[in-house]
Amino acid sequence: MSPAPFFYNEMKVNDMREASVLEMRGIYKSFPGVKALQNVDFTLRAGEIHALMGENGAGKSTLIKVLTGVYPMDAGEIQIKDKGPVQIHSPQQAQQAGISTVYQEISLCPNLSVAENIFLGRGEGRLVSWREMNRKAGTLLDSLGIRVKPTQQLASCSIAVQQMVAIARAVDMDCRVLILDEPTSSLDESEVEKLFHLMRDLRERGVGIIFVTHFLDQVYEVCDRITVLRDGKLVGEYEIENLPRVQLVSKMLGKELDDMADIKNNIPVYSEESFTPVYEAKGLCSTEGIQPFDFYIRCGEVNGFTGLLGSGRSESVRAIFGADKVTGGEVRVDGKPVKITKPIEAMRCGLGYLAEDRKRDGIIGDLSVRDNIILALQVKTGFFKPFSKAQATKFADEYIKLLDIKTASVNTPIKSLSGGNQQKVILGRWLLTHPKYLILDEPTRGIDVGTKIEIQKLVLKLASEGMSVTFISSETDEMLRTCSRLIVMRDRRVVGELTGDQLTQNTIMNTIAGGEKE
Amino acid sequence: MTAKTTVKSGSFLSGLLRHQIVIPLAAILLLTLFNLIADPSFFRIKLGMTNAGNPVLTGNLITILDSGSELAILAIGMTLVTAASGGQDISVGAAIAISGSVILRILCGPPGAYSGELQAPIFVAFLAACAVSMIFGAFNGSLVAFFRIQPMVATLILFTAGRSIAAWINNNKLPIISDDRFSYYGGYLPGVPIPTPFFIAVICFVITWAILKFTNLGLYVQSVGINEKTSRLNGLNPELIKFATYVLLGLCVAVSGFIKVSRVSTLNYSVIAKDIEMDAILAVALGGNALSGGKFSMSASVLGAYVLQYLTTTLYKFHVKPESLSAYKAVVVILLVILSAPAVREKLSSLVKKLHSPASSAGQSA
Ligand SMILES: Nc1ncnc2c1ncn2[C@@H]1O[C@H](COP(=O)(O)OP(=O)(O)OP(=O)(O)O)[C@@H](O)[C@H]1O
Ligand SMILES: [Mg+2]
Repeated sequence: MSPAPFFYNEMKVNDMREASVLEMRGIYKSFPGVKALQNVDFTLRAGEIHALMGENGAGKSTLIKVLTGVYPMDAGEIQIKDKGPVQIHSPQQAQQAGISTVYQEISLCPNLSVAENIFLGRGEGRLVSWREMNRKAGTLLDSLGIRVKPTQQLASCSIAVQQMVAIARAVDMDCRVLILDEPTSSLDESEVEKLFHLMRDLRERGVGIIFVTHFLDQVYEVCDRITVLRDGKLVGEYEIENLPRVQLVSKMLGKELDDMADIKNNIPVYSEESFTPVYEAKGLCSTEGIQPFDFYIRCGEVNGFTGLLGSGRSESVRAIFGADKVTGGEVRVDGKPVKITKPIEAMRCGLGYLAEDRKRDGIIGDLSVRDNIILALQVKTGFFKPFSKAQATKFADEYIKLLDIKTASVNTPIKSLSGGNQQKVILGRWLLTHPKYLILDEPTRGIDVGTKIEIQKLVLKLASEGMSVTFISSETDEMLRTCSRLIVMRDRRVVGELTGDQLTQNTIMNTIAGGEKE
Repeated sequence: MTAKTTVKSGSFLSGLLRHQIVIPLAAILLLTLFNLIADPSFFRIKLGMTNAGNPVLTGNLITILDSGSELAILAIGMTLVTAASGGQDISVGAAIAISGSVILRILCGPPGAYSGELQAPIFVAFLAACAVSMIFGAFNGSLVAFFRIQPMVATLILFTAGRSIAAWINNNKLPIISDDRFSYYGGYLPGVPIPTPFFIAVICFVITWAILKFTNLGLYVQSVGINEKTSRLNGLNPELIKFATYVLLGLCVAVSGFIKVSRVSTLNYSVIAKDIEMDAILAVALGGNALSGGKFSMSASVLGAYVLQYLTTTLYKFHVKPESLSAYKAVVVILLVILSAPAVREKLSSLVKKLHSPASSAGQSA
């Protein structure tokens, strides 16, 4: 291990633990109609992993953006070790001050190659040799255990790989503070492990790491200290040993968390008439290279696709919804043969689909929360039947209330909502269409613990009222709580189906890995 | 109590500053102020006579409303095209030449055969021009939407070829229509003291307003312009919507072309509506609309068109020579565009907020 490029390498590890690299004092930040941060203090020590926790819209991302100069703060002071009080007005200045960031919404250039993305804008003031750049990128990616060709176009990589590339980019800039805003929300377990390995490695070298996540397990696995925010205010700063999980949650939510134990899918009993599947496909395949597969879902059933990232679970549901070009297969809805090759046809058949990649496939960034909520229903209703403003506002308010969306008003552009609240808006959009079959691909990504449970409950409630739901999640326990049947995928083909007693963490893992024959 | 009102007016002002329509409005204010100081007689409106002996209103303001019409109509279509496809159609000038030429060809018959008598009713000629313009719009639109060619590049084809096509339609002849009825549309209707083009522009605007109000055109166009992938997943057909905006722009081109030809009863293929594409794009930008597509405000664009005309008329009034006109225009436009940049406006509105907030916090603590 060569620690050469990092700061503090001459110091003893113990000294570094005590020294704070970063102090933020009395930070205030408001947006029109929202007080996002009020008198927040934050201290980061060298060589620690510090979790920044809070509900959706608590102000975590805003604190980070203030720190990195994306937003100017209204009041407050930032001090950096060895530099004293600093004024950070732009991300470049933050970088010069030794602060590297991976933002919640990945902000790389999809049209450039992986290597270009890593080295873009480093401004070393000399001509780039492509071969040199690719070689360097290759070494870096190897050392981080990321398997991707440096010359590959970024857009063609999975989100997980894109996320890792963003981290590689941040890590490579000699940094003393590394900020990771929900980096793990689109990674699977093995990738999370790799990331943690990397984080621990950096901690040993004295880097202070700010880690934002909604996964409590991960917090307790890697973090040393926790700062909790609620509604833009500081709740407190805690050593991890002194804050058990239950307390952390109640500090975040400001109330006790409902018991999770009562969430369990009671497998519906199918009578003869409900036996016809709501949706049924035979030999379905699309241009995205999934093997033809058969699939059905019954009225009021919740099932799920599981598998590693890239196993084809998202591609399967995209084929069901007609989001990718469908190349073959027979589809029946309510027993009647139909043709679904475009999303609009699926919507007319009563399907809804919440896509995995919120930024690319979910939000219409500049449009208001109201327009984003009514969009799908409006398109379904037709070109010549626009809702009146009052009607649209009524719809929007209904789902803002139901899903507890934090927004200044219905007119706020959706892009200025916090990540988790954006996700809720998109969920509301599809619920508003009252689909009889709803496909949810990672619906709880970026959503806080409290709301996650609310959403799982909501899904089960809707199912008990007769809606069919297909659920995809990287979190197996979430799938286990909601689904009564799991379709397992590996290498872009369906390799098994699990029901009843087979629905345990172990069997799922084994089937995914292919260790067990069905 | 007083503190509260200060906060209110502060946030109202900063809210207004954030709205895009403030840009053309501010420009109008500035130009008016300038004219008031320099020469208030600019605003005088007189009663004049046409050659036919009609009493009509004349004056600079009337000129602005009159000659800004074609631009305003084009700005409507250009706004939609810009919003949906994130690019601009640079062929509208050439397309106006074509539609004008079609009108002449229908009204005068085959080249050389014109005897002074109209060969077809005027509305037939107008409809033919609409059809032809929409076909050319469809050509541009399919290049952009289905073949995914950059709008400027796609429309460069018609930009280059359009005026030759226009000349070819009438075999390079320039028949002059002597029928008075034809000149009503670019001049005055008998007994009406206000120029007809202004009425046509108002009608176009009202129709557009109604379409935006009673259909989902606005929502669809903006969705597609902001995020094509999401729009598709929500059941929209982005290609069709982009295509449709180019066809609609074609319709606007036909109306503008009709006015232009009617003004002079003939047309010169190589100079008619020259550079109007640039003015139309500018009008959209002056309205504070992002040229990269997405959200738009139709009224701001139309106002932007009249601002440009206001500017041109003001410059003429101060005897700026036609050849140096564009230089002056460029300077003013640069200023306006910088002022309208989102970053600058954000700064301005937070400045307003700052100016108000000390007063309000003092009021609250008291
Ligand atoms: N650019 C902006 N304009 C207006 N309001 C904003 C903007 N950015 C954030 N906000 C508001 O500030 C509040 C805090 O948002 P922030 O993104 O910091 O939340 P968060 O803690 O990161 O939540 P999440 O867990 O959902 O990512 C939210 O209410 C949000 O609507
Ligand atoms: Mg966030």
